Amino acid sequence: MDVFVQQVINGLVLGSMYALVALGYTMVYGIISLINFAHGEVLMVGAMVAWTVATTIPPGTMPGWLLMIVAMLLAMVVCAALNFTIEKIAYRPLRNAPRLAPLITAMGMSLLLQTLAMIIWKPNPKPFPQLLPPEIYFLWEDGPVITLTQVVILVVTMVSLAGLLWLVNRTKLGRAMRATAENPRVAGLMGVRPDHVISATFIIGAALAAIAGVMWAANYGTVQHSMGFLPGLKAFTAAVFGGIGNLTGAMVGGVLLGLIEAIGAGYLGELTGGVFGSHYVEIFAFIVLILVLTLRPSGLMGERVADRA
Amino acid sequence: MTSKKNSFIVFLIAAVALLALPLIAAQFGQGWVRIMALALLYVLLALGLNIVVGYAGLLDLGYVAFYAVGAYMYALLASPHLAENFESIKAAFPNGLHLPIWVVIPLAATIAALAGVLLGAPTLKLRGDYLAIVTLGFGEIIRVFMNNLEHPVNITNGPRGISQIDPMTLAGVSFGKPLEVLGFSVPSVALYYYLFLVLVVGSVVVCHRLETSRIGRAWMAIREDEIAAKAMGLNTRNLKLLAFGMGATFGGVSGSMFASFQGFISPESFTLMESVMIVAMVVLGGIGHIPGVILGALLLAALPEVLRYVAGDVQNLTGGRIDAAILRQLLIALAMIAVMLLRPRGLWPSPEHGKAAVAVK
Repeated sequence: MDVFVQQVINGLVLGSMYALVALGYTMVYGIISLINFAHGEVLMVGAMVAWTVATTIPPGTMPGWLLMIVAMLLAMVVCAALNFTIEKIAYRPLRNAPRLAPLITAMGMSLLLQTLAMIIWKPNPKPFPQLLPPEIYFLWEDGPVITLTQVVILVVTMVSLAGLLWLVNRTKLGRAMRATAENPRVAGLMGVRPDHVISATFIIGAALAAIAGVMWAANYGTVQHSMGFLPGLKAFTAAVFGGIGNLTGAMVGGVLLGLIEAIGAGYLGELTGGVFGSHYVEIFAFIVLILVLTLRPSGLMGERVADRA
Repeated sequence: MTSKKNSFIVFLIAAVALLALPLIAAQFGQGWVRIMALALLYVLLALGLNIVVGYAGLLDLGYVAFYAVGAYMYALLASPHLAENFESIKAAFPNGLHLPIWVVIPLAATIAALAGVLLGAPTLKLRGDYLAIVTLGFGEIIRVFMNNLEHPVNITNGPRGISQIDPMTLAGVSFGKPLEVLGFSVPSVALYYYLFLVLVVGSVVVCHRLETSRIGRAWMAIREDEIAAKAMGLNTRNLKLLAFGMGATFGGVSGSMFASFQGFISPESFTLMESVMIVAMVVLGGIGHIPGVILGALLLAALPEVLRYVAGDVQNLTGGRIDAAILRQLLIALAMIAVMLLRPRGLWPSPEHGKAAVAVK
């Protein structure tokens, strides 16, 4: 029982980070039908920027939590600017090109960002400083634990998600985004400027990915140039799982995927008598992806036809 | 069009040049021959992927999985690994399994083809981006298995990989040591070069015949408009599976070649990066166009080696931050972006069917 509850907690934390990244995928895919392979790298850049901030500001100049906020804000700004630029130079010129072309530039972009990060920050993994107090809370005596960092992650995620939902459902920009996702040309006729909306989408997605990146770094305690790719892929899986183009779906998909992975990691070895270790958890996301796409291609909450290709 | 006589002369010159190339390159060191042999291996891989992506329009990002399956099949059957780890095999073959290549290569090709069909089956309904991401996932699944199948039974030896793989033996001639012909000594790498060259020429012929065959036309019809193709009575399911299987066979054969050439394999060689590289070769060169694909493969395979000469200076200039490997990745990434922006249909696109190069719609 303790193990189960512990893994549920870990899964919720992991899943909430997937959810934040998945939103960026699902918004971009919903509007311009592009798998932005470089989105995972945006998470990595966010973590790297935060690491730079946290290690260059001498300790003691400000309390840890304030440093965390400063690092996160700066990471969000840098990532937003980065994603805005990427869209402008690599994706926008190809909006009417054959479908394969933007996909290849996206993969190229992912590789480029990883390589640049390797040049700027060196390839070795770096420890991420402990900014928040390393407190641990027991749910009950000798029971499952939750760290303060994990609590913060859950709270920050919920606030970000609520903010995004408010933005998309209640603001003018949100309405323009929904209209563009529905039909960019008609939206254009109604006075929406699709190019601006797409840029805004990339900026918002990047800011969410940056938040996820900083929290990822804080939770696992290391940063590296290659840290973004796998979470990126899994977040895309989460987006498909929930139904691509659907914001609530991406959140639910992310959390479910996190839970599946965490619970799997906790029980896989035991269930299979040690034949399959927890290493195999890495493939859970892909198995989920294949199952979802074959059984229910529109995802859990999607109404769009997946046959859009 | 050149006349028949002219094209024969061109063919003859090309043939002599290709045959003489390793002998000339050997003057500058065996390393160059090795690079050329590896480049040919990439051509083989790119031609195989071109069947899947270029002809049938199925974007496969997990192609390296079949390469890996072929390589591991060869490695397991032509090295002492299995005998060292399984008592029953040791009892039957005290010196280790060293099956002849006429058994190993067809077996590797068949298993890879089966893997291709196995991957294809659940993804038949998917197209474009979704297919790309699922195949990518499939490649990762295979890699995770390669990395972990050493426990509880040691099949792949995990991240340490399998070594002591037998060199190719053809008609009693071992490719592992130099061959004496009429007083000349042809080194081992050159032998592999010739072997790969034969395979590439054979593959080009096969691919060309496929392209103009009924099956090839059917694939292209599916690529252009699957629903229309189905309405015209094509069995799209079988045709797609066939494309996956055929492409995977190429991958499997290339993989077994790679294993025998290197004598050692590990999961390191079969990463996602490698898959992306092969896709980049096909797409940068000119998707669905054999000369374009060959050009793309040669360019991207040769690029890193040329860089070695530049890398030293760059490394000094940047205080050691950029070495050859990083520079290579950087340039591949930039090439992928720049070529797509400037020539979305590739460097040497297929001239015949303008619209056909639009792979997924």
